[in-house]
Amino acid sequence: MPFYVSPEQSMKDKADYARKAISRIRSGVVIACDAGILFIAPNPSRALRKFSEIYDRIAFAAVGRYNEFEVLRKAGVRYADVTGFQYDRQDVTARGLANYYAQVLGTFFTDSPKPYEVELVVAEVGKTADDDQIYRITFDGSVADERGFVVIGGQADQVAAVLKEQYSDGMTLAGAFTVAIAALGGGQVKGEGEAGGGRSEITAAQLEVALLDRGRAHRAFRRLTGTRLESLLTEAISGKKTEAIAEASTGDESGENGDGAGEAGKPGTPETPGGTK
Amino acid sequence: MGADSDGRGLLGPFLSAGTSSFTDFLAAAAPELLPYAAGAAAAGSSASGAPGQFARELTHGTTIVAAACEGGVVMAGDRRATAGNMIMQRDIDKVFRSDEFSGIGFAGVAGVGFELVRLFQVELEHYEKLEGHALSLEGKANRLASFVRGNIGGAMQGLVAVPLFCGYDEDTGAGRIFSYDVAGGWYEEHRFHAIGSGSVFARGALKKLYTDGMSAADTVLACMQALYDAADDDSATGGPDVTRRLYPVVATITADGFERLADEAAGEYARTVIEGRMAEPDGPLAPLRTAGTGNGAGNVLPPG
Repeated sequence: MPFYVSPEQSMKDKADYARKAISRIRSGVVIACDAGILFIAPNPSRALRKFSEIYDRIAFAAVGRYNEFEVLRKAGVRYADVTGFQYDRQDVTARGLANYYAQVLGTFFTDSPKPYEVELVVAEVGKTADDDQIYRITFDGSVADERGFVVIGGQADQVAAVLKEQYSDGMTLAGAFTVAIAALGGGQVKGEGEAGGGRSEITAAQLEVALLDRGRAHRAFRRLTGTRLESLLTEAISGKKTEAIAEASTGDESGENGDGAGEAGKPGTPETPGGTK
Repeated sequence: MGADSDGRGLLGPFLSAGTSSFTDFLAAAAPELLPYAAGAAAAGSSASGAPGQFARELTHGTTIVAAACEGGVVMAGDRRATAGNMIMQRDIDKVFRSDEFSGIGFAGVAGVGFELVRLFQVELEHYEKLEGHALSLEGKANRLASFVRGNIGGAMQGLVAVPLFCGYDEDTGAGRIFSYDVAGGWYEEHRFHAIGSGSVFARGALKKLYTDGMSAADTVLACMQALYDAADDDSATGGPDVTRRLYPVVATITADGFERLADEAAGEYARTVIEGRMAEPDGPLAPLRTAGTGNGAGNVLPPG
C-alpha cells in the first residue's frame, strides 16, 4: 500500500478504469437524419432505458453503469424543468445541459475515488438539420460538439469507422437506421457472431430505438417500437443483403478486430476516440 | 438555488435522490420559485388592509365549460378578462393542454390561474419523464387539488382561482371532468360542468341542450351555445367577437389526445350559433314536455 500517489498516476488510473469499463459495454449510435435525430443501441431490457426525453426537443443517451447514468438523467430532467419553469421553455438548450453534465462529471472525476463509468450524449433537434446539436460528454467531463453522428461506448472507433464511410448529410430515417444497424453489427459481431458472413442477428426485441422527431409539436421525443421498428429493421436487413458481398467482407474484417480487441478484462484496451481530450 | 449540504453547491440539488414530483423538488431545492409560497407571503403581509379590496382590481378570467362527448370530452372558454367593470383583455386563453390526454381551464384571478396551470403542466411532464409513464387521471386530479389547496392563504385574501380539469381516461375510453373548490376539494362531474362568473347560465343552457352520447361536433356546438348564453346574461363573459374574429377557445380531448380547434373551425361553430340567434335570440328551444310522457300533462288542467 503506497503512502503517496502522484496526481498524474491517480488521474491516469481513474481514466484507465473508466475507459476500460466503457469499452466493455455495447456501443450506441446517435445519428442525424431528415426526420430528426435517431438513437439506436442494442438493449434487451424494456425497462432500463439508455435513451430518454429531457425536454421538448432535447434527449439524452447514455451507456455505462445504469445507476450512475440514471442519476444523471434525473438531474438533467430537473435541471431542464427548473430552468424552463424559472425562465421560458425556449431557454432550455442542449448546450446548457451539456455544460451542466460536463461540470458534474468533471467534479466527480477529480473529487471522488471512483469516476462515473458513463458516456453521455445530449442532442437537440432543430427546425432544420443545420440547427441540430449533438454533444458527447465523457466520464472526465470533456465535451465534444459532434456533427452528423456519434458513437458512445464499446468499440466506438470501429463503429464510427463504418458510419464515417456510409453516412451522408440529409439521409432519410430508413437510410440512417440501415447505416447505424450496419455499423453496430460490424462493430459487435465479436461476441456471438463468429459464424462468418457478417451475420449479426439483430431483432427488434434486442434494440432500443428512439427518435427526436423534427416535425412533432410539443415534445419531439418518441420511442420507435412494435411494427414501426420491425418494418425499419426488415428494410435495413434486406437493404444489406443487396450489397451482400461488400458488406460481408467488411463485416468479417471488423468482426475479427472486435474479437481481438474486445476481450474485456485485457489491459491495454485500445482507446476510444474522444475518450481522452 | 440553495447551497447543498454535501458541498457540491449548484450540482447538488439536481443529483439528490427524491420523489418524481417537480413541486416537491422545488420545495426542497428552490422554494422561492414556488408560486404559492410567494403568493401566500405577499397576501399575508397585506392582511392588515381590507381583504379582497385590491383583489377586485386584478384581472379575472371568467367562464369555462366542459361536456363529455362520445369517446372523450370537450372544453371551451370565452376570451374575456375583466377587472371590476373594465374589460382587460378580449383574447385571453383560459383553456390549456396540460398533457397529451388532459386539459385544464381556470376561472378567477388570472395571475394565480396562469401560475397554477404552468406549475401543473410541468408537474405532469416531470413525473412522466422521471417515471417513464404518465400519472393516472385520478392521480393528476389529486395532484391538482393539492396545488389549489396550497393557495388557500391567497384565496382568503381574495386571490381566488379554481381550475376545471378534463381528461381522456385511457382505461375506459371516456372523457372525465373534475371540478375544484378553493379548499382543494375535487369532485368528479358527470356529463357536463361549468365554472366562473357565467357558469350558472352556461350550466342552465347545457342542461337543456346536452344529451348523453353526443358526437364531438354536437358537443362543441352545445358548449358554444352555452357560452353564448353565459355572455348574454353575465357582463364578465365575452361572446363571440365577429368583428375582431375572436371566438371561444375550444378543445377536444379524445383517444387522439388534446386538440385545440383552429380559430377558423371555432369561428364556424360560433357563426352557426349567431345565425340561429338572429331568428331565435334566446337560442334553440327545448321541448316543454318530455317526449313520450307529454300527452298526459294536458289532462291535468281542464281545457279553457
